[in-house]
Amino acid sequence: MSESPMLHVEEATKVFGGILALNRVTFDVHQGEILGIIGPNGSGKTTLINCITGFVRMTSGKVFFKGRDITGKPAHKIADLGVTRTFQIMRPYYTLPAYKNLVIPLFSPRAKRTGGWRGGGKLGDRDTVGIDILEEIGFERDSFVPYKLASSLPTGYLKRLELARCLALKPEIILCDEVFSGLSMSEIASMVPLIERLQMDGITLIMIEHRLRELFRVASRVMVLNFGEKLLEGRPEEVMADERVKTAYFGSEEVEEVMTYA
Amino acid sequence: MTTADRRKERLDRGIKVRSDGIYALLSWRELGYLVLPRLVLIAGLLLLPLVVPSLYWQRVISNVCLYALLALSFDFLAHYVGLVSLGGALFIGTGAYIAALLNKNLGLPLILTIPMASVSGAAICTLLLLPCLPLRGVYFAIVSLMYPLAMMRIIEALNIFGGTDGIMGIDSFPNHWVEQYFVLIMVLLFLFGLRRLVNLDIGLVFRGVKDNDQAVRASGMSITYYKAVAVFIASAIGCLAGACLTHIYMFSGISLFALDFSILPIAATVIGGGGTLAGPVIGCFILVPISELLREFGTLRIAFYAIILMAFIVFKSEGLMVYGQRKYHQFERWVKI
Ligand SMILES: Nc1ncnc2c1ncn2[C@@H]1O[C@H](COP(=O)(O)OP(=O)(O)O)[C@@H](O)[C@H]1O
Ligand SMILES: [Mg+2]
Repeated sequence: MSESPMLHVEEATKVFGGILALNRVTFDVHQGEILGIIGPNGSGKTTLINCITGFVRMTSGKVFFKGRDITGKPAHKIADLGVTRTFQIMRPYYTLPAYKNLVIPLFSPRAKRTGGWRGGGKLGDRDTVGIDILEEIGFERDSFVPYKLASSLPTGYLKRLELARCLALKPEIILCDEVFSGLSMSEIASMVPLIERLQMDGITLIMIEHRLRELFRVASRVMVLNFGEKLLEGRPEEVMADERVKTAYFGSEEVEEVMTYA
Repeated sequence: MTTADRRKERLDRGIKVRSDGIYALLSWRELGYLVLPRLVLIAGLLLLPLVVPSLYWQRVISNVCLYALLALSFDFLAHYVGLVSLGGALFIGTGAYIAALLNKNLGLPLILTIPMASVSGAAICTLLLLPCLPLRGVYFAIVSLMYPLAMMRIIEALNIFGGTDGIMGIDSFPNHWVEQYFVLIMVLLFLFGLRRLVNLDIGLVFRGVKDNDQAVRASGMSITYYKAVAVFIASAIGCLAGACLTHIYMFSGISLFALDFSILPIAATVIGGGGTLAGPVIGCFILVPISELLREFGTLRIAFYAIILMAFIVFKSEGLMVYGQRKYHQFERWVKI
C-alpha cells in the first residue's frame, strides 16, 4: 500500500430534504481488494454509491480516485475514469436485445480508448465484442439468451447484464449494488466464482450485499452502515462478532443464517 | 362462434429475412418480399409529380414533402431519442429566414443557400434548445413551443428582417420539376438515412438515451451531448424544409413560425405510426391533401383534424404503418380456444 488508495472517501455527507442519509462516512478501498458494505435497508448504502459515482451531488465531503479529487464531477466523467457502478434496480435497455445493450457502453469514449476486449487491437465489430462479454459473464453463447430482448430476461441475467455493462468499459473499480439480491441460491452460487474471477483480473470491487454468507466468502474487508453512519469496519469475522452488528441486524434472517453457518 | 371461444392467432411468415440484421435470402421470392414495399414507396413518390393533374396539386406535393421532412424530424426525436419536440415551427422559420437573407442580401444561389441554411440553422436551433435538453417529456415540449412564438414577437418588435412585412422577392426554384423532385428526393434520402442511422451503433446510443438515460451516464457518455447531436440532426432536416419553403413561395415572414408546422407533423405521426419513420411520411400524404381539400372551410379545418386524430387514437392507436407491417409480416387466423 505504498501509493494512494484506489478510492478514498472523506466525510461523505448527504442530506435529502432534512433527512441525513449519509453522515460523514470515511473509508478507503485499495487496489485489487473487495470491500463489502452491509447495513439495514435505508441505511444509505445506495446513496453512498450514488455520491461516489456522481449520480447524486454530495452535501459535503470529498471523493478521491487514485489520489485525484473527483468530487462533484458529472457521472459520465467519473465512469469515464473507470469508476463504474451497477444499479440496484436494474437498468437495461429493455427494447434492445441483450448483446445490443452492450453496444452502447462499447461506443463510449472510454471503451474506444481502452481498445479491444481482452488485450490490444482496434475494437472490432461491437456486436461480437458484446457477445464475448456476455459469455464471459455467464450468458450461454450458443443459446438464444444473448439475442433475447432485455425485457424478456429473468432477474439473474439482468443482474449479469448490469455487470457486463461495467465490464464493457474495462473498469478499474466496480461498485455493485446488491447484485445477489433477488437471485436463487443456485444462481448466487454461480455468481460467486464470477466475482472472484473479476478480482483475479485486477478489478477492485465494492459490494453492497444482504447475502452475508456469500459476501463474507469473497470480501477482504466489510464496512457496516447504520442510519447513514459508519458503524465499524474490519475483516468479515471481526464484523460478524460485533455486538452492534448483531443488534442492527437483529431479526434479520440473513444474520441468523450466517450465525448458524459460522 | 362468439368471440369468447375463439381468438386471433398470429404467425410470422416463414421467411428468415427479418432475423435482425442477418439477411438469409433463399430465393428471389424472399428478396421480393423484402424489397417490394420499399420499391413501391420509392417508385410511387417519384411518379407522383408526373401523374398529378394540375399545377395547384403539384404545389401540394411540395407542401406534403416539407411537412414530411418535419414529421421525420419529429418522429426521430420523439421515438428514438425521447425528446418530444414542438419545435417544427422554429426549424422552419429559422431555415427560411437564413435562406432568405443569404439569397436576398448576399445574392447567393439556391444551391448554396439551402445547404447553408440547413447547417447554420441547425446550429442556431441546437444552441437555442441546449439549455432545455435536461428537461424531460412535456417540459421540453412546452419550451420548444415557446421559441417560435418568441421569435415571431422579437422580429415584430425589433422590426428586423423586414419586420411584419417579411422578406419578398427571393429566388424560386428553376422550375416546378426541379422543385418537386428536389423535395421528394430529400424526403426519401432522410427517410432511408434516418432508418439506417437508428440501427447504427450511434443510433443505439440515441435509443439508449430514450430507454434509460441513467444507464447511458453510467456507461461514461454525456446524455446532453448525444441529445444535442440528435437535435442538430433533427433541426437540420427541419431547417432544410424551411429553406425549401422560402424558395418555393419566394417569401419569408413571421407567418413561417406558425404553429401548424409544429402540430401537423405530430398528427401525421399519430396517424402513420410513431417510431416507424415511414409512417409519419405516409401520414403527411394523407393529412396535407385533406387539409387542402378543406381549405374553403377556413379554420374549421382544425376541427376536422381533431376528429381524424381522435378517431385514430381511439380506433387505431398503433398507426397505419405498424398495422400494415403486422398484416404484411404475419398471418392471422381465428382459432378455437
Ligand atoms: N432521491 C432521494 N430523495 C430523497 N430521499 C432519498 C433519496 N434516495 C434515498 N433517500 C433516502 O435516503 C435514505 C437512504 O436510502 P438508500 O441509500 O437507498 O438506502 P439503502 O440502499 O441502504 O437501502 C433513505 O431514508 C431514503 O429514503
Ligand atoms: Mg439500496
